Amino acid sequence: MVGGIALLAIIVAGIVLSRSNIPILQPAGPVAQKERNLMITAFSLSMIVVIPVYLLLVWFSLKYRHTNKSARYDPAFSHSRWLEGVWWAVPLAIISVLAVITWRSSHELDPFKPLVSNQPPLNIQVVSMRWKWLFIYPTENVATINYVNFPVNRPVNFEITSDAPMNSFWIPQLGGQIYSMTGMSTNLNLMASKLGTYRGLSANISGDGFAGMHFSVVASTQQNYQKWLAYVRDSSNKLDKPAYDKLSRPSSNNPPAYYALADSGLYSEIVSKYAEPVFKAEN
Amino acid sequence: MSLLGRLNWDAVQHGWVIAGGQVTLVAVMLAVVGLLTYKKRWGWLWREWLTTVDPKRIGVMYIVFAMLMLLRGLADAAMMRAQQAVSVGPHHGFLDPNHYQQIFTAHGTIMIFFVAMGLMFGLINLVVPMQIGSRDVAFPFLNATSFWLYAMGGMLLNLSLVLGGFAATGWLAYPPLSELAYSPGPGVDYWIWGLQIAGVGSLMSGINFLVTIIKMRAPGMKLMKMPMFCWSVLGAMSLVVFAFPILTATLTMLALDRTLGMHFFTALNGGNPMMYVNLIWAWGHPEVYILVLPAFGVYSEIVPTFSRKPLFGYTSMVWAIWGIVLLSFLVWLHHFFTMGAGADVNAFFGVMTMAIAVPTGVKIFNWLFTMYRGRVRFTTPMLWFIGFVTTFTMGGVAGVIMAIPAADFELHNSLFLVAHFHTMIIGGVVFGYFAGLTYWFPKFFGFRLNERLGKYAFYCWFVGFLLAFIPLYILGMMGATRRLDHYDASLGWQWLFIVAAVGVALVLVGVGFQVLQLYYSIKNRHANLDKTGDPWLGRTLEWSTASPPPFYNFAHIPLASERDAYWEMKKHKGQVTPKYESITLPRNTIMPLTISLMAFMFGFGMIWHMYWLPILGFFGIVGSIIWRSTSDEHEYKLPAAKVRQIEEELEARYA
Amino acid sequence: MSTQERQAAESKTLFGFWVYLMTDCVLFASLFATFAVLRFNTNGGPTGEDLFNLSFVFKETFILLTSSFACGLGILAARQGNKRLCLSMFGLTFALGLAFLGLELHEFNKLYNDGDSWRRSGFLSAFFTLVGTHGAHITAGLIWMGTMMLRVVQQGLTTNNIKRLTMLSLFWHFLDIVWIFIFTVVYLMGLVL
Repeated sequence: MVGGIALLAIIVAGIVLSRSNIPILQPAGPVAQKERNLMITAFSLSMIVVIPVYLLLVWFSLKYRHTNKSARYDPAFSHSRWLEGVWWAVPLAIISVLAVITWRSSHELDPFKPLVSNQPPLNIQVVSMRWKWLFIYPTENVATINYVNFPVNRPVNFEITSDAPMNSFWIPQLGGQIYSMTGMSTNLNLMASKLGTYRGLSANISGDGFAGMHFSVVASTQQNYQKWLAYVRDSSNKLDKPAYDKLSRPSSNNPPAYYALADSGLYSEIVSKYAEPVFKAEN
Repeated sequence: MSLLGRLNWDAVQHGWVIAGGQVTLVAVMLAVVGLLTYKKRWGWLWREWLTTVDPKRIGVMYIVFAMLMLLRGLADAAMMRAQQAVSVGPHHGFLDPNHYQQIFTAHGTIMIFFVAMGLMFGLINLVVPMQIGSRDVAFPFLNATSFWLYAMGGMLLNLSLVLGGFAATGWLAYPPLSELAYSPGPGVDYWIWGLQIAGVGSLMSGINFLVTIIKMRAPGMKLMKMPMFCWSVLGAMSLVVFAFPILTATLTMLALDRTLGMHFFTALNGGNPMMYVNLIWAWGHPEVYILVLPAFGVYSEIVPTFSRKPLFGYTSMVWAIWGIVLLSFLVWLHHFFTMGAGADVNAFFGVMTMAIAVPTGVKIFNWLFTMYRGRVRFTTPMLWFIGFVTTFTMGGVAGVIMAIPAADFELHNSLFLVAHFHTMIIGGVVFGYFAGLTYWFPKFFGFRLNERLGKYAFYCWFVGFLLAFIPLYILGMMGATRRLDHYDASLGWQWLFIVAAVGVALVLVGVGFQVLQLYYSIKNRHANLDKTGDPWLGRTLEWSTASPPPFYNFAHIPLASERDAYWEMKKHKGQVTPKYESITLPRNTIMPLTISLMAFMFGFGMIWHMYWLPILGFFGIVGSIIWRSTSDEHEYKLPAAKVRQIEEELEARYA
Repeated sequence: MSTQERQAAESKTLFGFWVYLMTDCVLFASLFATFAVLRFNTNGGPTGEDLFNLSFVFKETFILLTSSFACGLGILAARQGNKRLCLSMFGLTFALGLAFLGLELHEFNKLYNDGDSWRRSGFLSAFFTLVGTHGAHITAGLIWMGTMMLRVVQQGLTTNNIKRLTMLSLFWHFLDIVWIFIFTVVYLMGLVL
C-alpha cells in the first residue's frame, strides 16, 4: 500500500512538472541550460541505484511477508560477499562518473569565468541594499533600482557586492546564483539567448523586506537597449550622494526606478566602505 | 549596572497569533501543576523524576519534552504553510514579515535542537545501557545534567514567545544579519544562549555515551558482537565530540560580538561573516549525521526483529557507519557552494558529498536483504521503515543532484533544498525515532501501544509528508526561494502552496492519531500488558528483562559472547539462576536540576543585560561543582536480599 | 566498591577525561582557525608586529613550562605517597600559574588602556578571545588546584585524590601544549610573518 501511494505521488508529480511553467527546466540562457542538463544527468545516473531499491522493496515486501508460507525462509543467509561487492562497487562507479562531471562542470560553469562569445561582455555592477537591488552601468552612466536591461545574446558580467546583510543574486531562468557580501565583489557571468522579461530575486534572507527583493530582467534587441539607455541618461533623477543616502534608508517592494549616474566610481566606494583601510591610523 | 538591564514592559509580546501560543504555554504549565497537586504527586515527582539519575527515567523525560516541542514546531509549520497559501498578490496573509521570519527561525531551531536531538538522546538513554548489558551510563550525574541543560535551553526558547521575541534570521543566524547592527533586539541572544546551554548538554552526553559504549559492555560482548544500534550511537557520539565544540566556539564568538562589541563577524571593522558560515556548517553538517545515524541504528534493530532474521552484512554495516562518520567532516562547504569559493574548492566538496551517498546506499541494500528470505511482519515499526526507504531514497536523489556545484547554483536556498532536507530529516530521522518509540514502548512502559491507531498515524504522516513536500520540490524548480512571506500572483505558485498546506494538515491528523493512540493505550493498558518482557521476539539483551525493567536493569550482568545475544540465550534455555548479589547504584540528586537552573539564569541575564544574574549563575555553578566534589558518597548499595525480593515479585506478577 | 569495580571506575573516568580534553582541543582549534583568518583584519589599527614583545612572551612561556614541570614532579610525588613533596610541588605550580596569569592580565590591561581593546578590530577580537580563553582555562585549573591541595591536606593521598590529581595534571599539561601553539601562531608568526 505504501508503495502504491508513493508511485501515485511520483506519477502525479511527473504530470505536474511536464505541464507547468518551470523556469529552471525551461532555461532562457546557455548557463541555465548547462546547469539544467547537469541536473538531468545526475537524476538519470541515480536511477541506476534508485529503481532497483524500489523494485526490491516492493518485491521483498510482497514475497517475504510472513503470511506467504511458500516463500523460502533462510535465517542463516545474513551475508554475501558477492552482493556486497555489487552494492559497494556500482554506486562507487556511478559516483566516479559524477565526480568527473563535477570537476569539469565546476570549472566550466564557474560564475567568475567569462562566457565564450564573439561579443565583448557588458559590465553591470550590482549592489544589494535594504531591501532592493541597485544596478550600476559604469560605462553607460546609468543606474536602476530593481530593473536591469541588456541586449540578448551578449554576455553580461555582473560584479556583485552588498551594502546590507548577505543576499544572493539569482535570475533562475538565466543561470545560478551567487552571494552578495559586504566588502567583497563576486562575479556572475550570464547571457540571455531569448528575448523576454525574466524574474530575478534574492535567495538569502536579509531582513524584514527580503521577500520584496525581486527585480525585472529584460533581454532586449540591441536597438531597444540603446533606446532605453538614452532615455535613462536623460532622466532628471540623478544618483548622487544625497540620492544614494536616501536609497540606503530601509524600504521594500520598491518599484523599478531609473537614474542618471553621477559618480561612476560608486561601486568601488561601496565595496571599500567595508573593506580593510589601506592606510593605518596614526596611534 | 541596572537591575533590570534592558528588560521592560515593551518586551512583552503581543498580537493575537502570539497570544494563542502564550495562552497554550501557560495553560499547559498550569494544567501540569494542577494535576500534580490534585493527585498529591509532588513527592513522587521529586523522587522519581526531578532528582533521578536513572537513564531510563532521563530517557522518558527527553522524549516527553521533545514531543511537546514537536507540537510547537508543527504549530510553527502550520502557520508557515497557512501564510504561504494565502499571501499572494494583494493579500499579505495574517503574519507581518518580521513575525513570519521569527516563526520559521523558531521552527528550524526547535525541530533540530529540541525535537530531533531530544528524541535521539531519549532513545539512547533508554536503550543503550540495556543493549550492552549495563546497569547505567558511565557518568550518571553528568547524564542528568545533560537533560536538564537541554530542557533549560528549550525553556529559554519558549520564553522568547512571551518576552522579547525570537531571532528572525533563519535557524543558523548568519551574520551580518544576526549582528547588532541589523538585529539589535534580544531575539538573536535568545537563540545564542538557548543553543549554547543545550549544546553543552549535548557535548556532555557525547562524552558520556562514548565512554559508556567503550568501557561498560557486558563481559564477552566484543565490539563486533554489539547490537548495530550501539554501533550507530558510537558513530554519532564520536561526531558529537568533534563537532559540538565548534558550535560552542562559534556561538561564543557571536555572543562576544553582540555583548562586548567584538568584530569576529561584523560587516565593518574587520569582521569576516564568511568565517561564521564556515564554522557553523563545520558543526552543522556533522550535526545532521549525528541525528540520522541512530535512526539508521533503529532500523537495524527493527528490520531483523520483524523479519525473523539476523541483520544482513553486519561487518559491512559497521564499515558504512564509519565511512559516513569520516566523510561527514569533509563535506560542509556544500551548504554554501554559492558563496564563491572557486571551482577547485567547490568541486572537491561536491565529490566528497556524493561519496557519502555510497555507504548510505549500502545500508539500504543491507536492510532490504535482511528482509530477503525472512518472514516479514508489517507492524507499525516496520511500516515506518518502509516509509523511510520510500522517501529517503527520493530525498537522496535530490541530494546527489545538488552535490554538483553548478547544479546547486540554481537550487541553493530554493524550496527544492527545503524539500530535500525535510525529506532526509522527516523520512530518515523522524520516521526512525517514531519507529523506535513504538518498538521499545512496551519494554519501558510494560504495555503495548494500540497497533491500529499506530498504523493510521503512519499513513497520515506518510501521505501528509508527500503532499507537503512534493509541491516544494516543484516550486523550487519554479524559482521559488525559501523564507518568503509573500509572492506575486502571476507566478502561478499558489495552488502548490495550498496542496502543501493540506499536507501539513494531514500530518497534524497523524499527530492526532498518535495522541489518541497514547490515550487509548494507557486507558486499556491492563488488557495489553507485556507479560513476557519480549513482545516482539527480540534479538538483543533489553528484551531479556521484565517490562518495565527493574531500576537496576539486570539482577545479574549477562554474559554475552555472540551477536544478537538474547536470541542466542533463548536458544540455550533453562539455565540455573546464580545467587543474587548486592548492587551498587548512584544516589538521586537535585544538583543537575539546580545547576541547570543557574545556567538558565545565566542565559536570561545575558540576553536582557541584567549582568548580576550571569555573575550569580556562574558562581553558583562553580560552587555547586566544588560542593559536589567534596563528598565521595554518591552511591548506595542495594542489598542482595532486596534484589531477590524484587526479582521474585516480578516473576510472580507475570507467572 | 570492590577493587575490580574501583579499577573499572577509574579507567572509565580517566578515559572520559581524555575524551573531554579532545573536545577542548577542537574548541581551541576553532579559535585558532578564526585567528588565522582574521590575522590581518586590523581595521587600520595595530598589527601583531606593533603590539607583541618577544621577551615578554618568553617570560610567560618559561613560567608556564616550569609550572608544568613542577606539576609533573607533583604527580610523581603523589604516586610515591609523598604528601609533603606533592603539596609543595603543586604549590609551586600554583604560584607559577598565578604569575603567568598576572603577566597576561598585565598585557591585556596595557592594550586596553592604549585603546587597542577587543573592539578595535577583527584581529584584536580574535587575539583577546584565543589568548583569553586559554587564560580562562588556566584560571579554572588554578581553582581546581587550590581545591585539590586543600583536599590532600585534609584527606591525604587517597586513591580518589590521586585519580583527580592525575586528571588535573593532564589538564595542566594540555594547557601547556595549547600555549606552545599560541606562542607560535599568535606571537612568533605575528612578529615574523
